[in-house]
Amino acid sequence: MTAINDFLAMGGYALFVWPAFGLAAVVLVGLWLGSHRRLRASRRALSLIEPERRARGGEP
Amino acid sequence: MSWHLLASPARFMRYSERIRPWASALALGAIAIGLYQGLFASPADYQQGDTVRIMYVHVPSAWMALFCYTAMAVSSAGYLVWKQPLAEIAARATAPIGACFTALALATGSLWGKPMWGTWWVWDARLTSVLVLLFLYLGYMALADAFDDPVKGGKAASILALVGFVNVPIVKFSVDWWNTLHQPVSVARMDGPTIDPAMLAPLLIMAAGFTLYYVALVIVRMQALVLERRVRALQQVAAGA
Amino acid sequence: MKRKHRRLGFLMVGAVLLAGAAALVLSAFEENLLFFFTPTQLAAESQPEGRRLRLGGLVEEGSVVKQTDGLTVTFVVTDLTETVPVTYTGVLPDLFREGQGVVVEGALGADGMLRASEVLAKHDETYMPKEVKEALEASGEWRGEEATP
Repeated sequence: MTAINDFLAMGGYALFVWPAFGLAAVVLVGLWLGSHRRLRASRRALSLIEPERRARGGEP
Repeated sequence: MSWHLLASPARFMRYSERIRPWASALALGAIAIGLYQGLFASPADYQQGDTVRIMYVHVPSAWMALFCYTAMAVSSAGYLVWKQPLAEIAARATAPIGACFTALALATGSLWGKPMWGTWWVWDARLTSVLVLLFLYLGYMALADAFDDPVKGGKAASILALVGFVNVPIVKFSVDWWNTLHQPVSVARMDGPTIDPAMLAPLLIMAAGFTLYYVALVIVRMQALVLERRVRALQQVAAGA
Repeated sequence: MKRKHRRLGFLMVGAVLLAGAAALVLSAFEENLLFFFTPTQLAAESQPEGRRLRLGGLVEEGSVVKQTDGLTVTFVVTDLTETVPVTYTGVLPDLFREGQGVVVEGALGADGMLRASEVLAKHDETYMPKEVKEALEASGEWRGEEATP
C-alpha cells in the first residue's frame, strides 16, 4: 500500500508530474480520435457520392 | 517520372494503408514501454527528484515540435517548386500534429519549471522562440483554410511555412547563442549525452513512440485530406454537369 | 523543367536573403535576447543605479546568510571571476542552494548590493540518479556544478 502511495506522491511533486502526463495523454488521444473520426467521415462522404456518379454514367 | 508515379494519390492511399497499422501498433508499444520505464523503472534525479520524469513527455514533445515543422517546411518547398499536390497535403496534415506537440512542450515545460526554476514562465530566448513556433503553426493552419480555393490557401500557407522555418534553428540554438534560464542541450552533444543511461533509455523510447505516432497519424490525416479533395472535385463535376 | 528550376532558384535566393535578414535582426537585438547578465558583464559596464536587471551565476559556497527575520536571505552570485552580493526577501525555489545556478531579478543599490524581487533556480543539463552522483563523488570524478557562462 505504501509503495503505491509513494509512487503516486512522486516525491512530493505529484501536483506537477501527474498533470504533465495527464495533459499529454488527453492531447495525444484526443488528436488521435479526432483524426480517425475525420477519416471515417471522409470515407462515408465519398461512398455516398461515388455510386451516384457511376449511376449517372461518369467515369469509374 | 517515377517521382510523379510515387506521388500519385491513388498509390499513396494503397501504400500508406499498409504502413499505417504497423506504425500505430509500434507507436502504442513504444509509448507503453516508455511510460512504464519513465514512471516506474527509472531513477529519480539527484537534484530534481521525481520532477525529472516530466522530461519523458516534455523533451520528445519538443523534439517532435521541431521535427514536424521541418517536415512541413520541406513538404511546402516540394509543393512550391515541384507542384506536388501530395506534398501540400502532407504539410497540411502535419500542422495540427506539430501544433499539439508544441503546445504540449510548452505546458509540460511550465509544469516542470514551476517546481524547479520557481516560475511557470519566463521570456527567455528558448521559451519565447517556442511560443513563436506555436503561433507559426496556428498561422499556417488559419491561412491554409482562409481561402475558398484550397489551392490559393495552400500556396499562401506554404510560403508562410518556408519563411517561418527561420525560427527552427533559433529554437534549437537559442540555449547556446544567448543566456537563457533554460539549460543547454543534454542529448545531441559533441561530447556525448549528459543524461545517465537509465534515464536516456526511456527518453529515447518515448521519442521513438512519438515519432511513430506522428507517422501513423499523418497518414490518417493525409488520407482524409485526399478523400475530402476527391469529394469536393466530384461535387464540382456534379454541379457543373 | 525550366520553370521548376526558376522556382527552385527563386526559393533558394529567398532563403539566403531571409537567413541574412534574420541574422542581422538577431545581432541587432543581441542585448535584449540575453535573459540575464553575468557578474563579469555587469562589472564591465557601469549600470545606472536603480535600473532593473537580471543577474545569473552560481550561489557562492558559504555565502548564504539567513537574516534574523527568517525571510530575508543574503548571498553572493559569482561566475568564478566577478561577484555581486544579493539580498532577497521571499520564498526561494526548491533547487536554491549553495553552488547552484541562479537567476535573480532586481535593482542595484548605491552600495553595489542587488535587491532582488525574484530568485529563479537555473539547473545544468546533467541528469543522473543520486547513487551515481554519490559514486562519482566517492571516486573523485565529480566535477560539481558547471559555471553558467
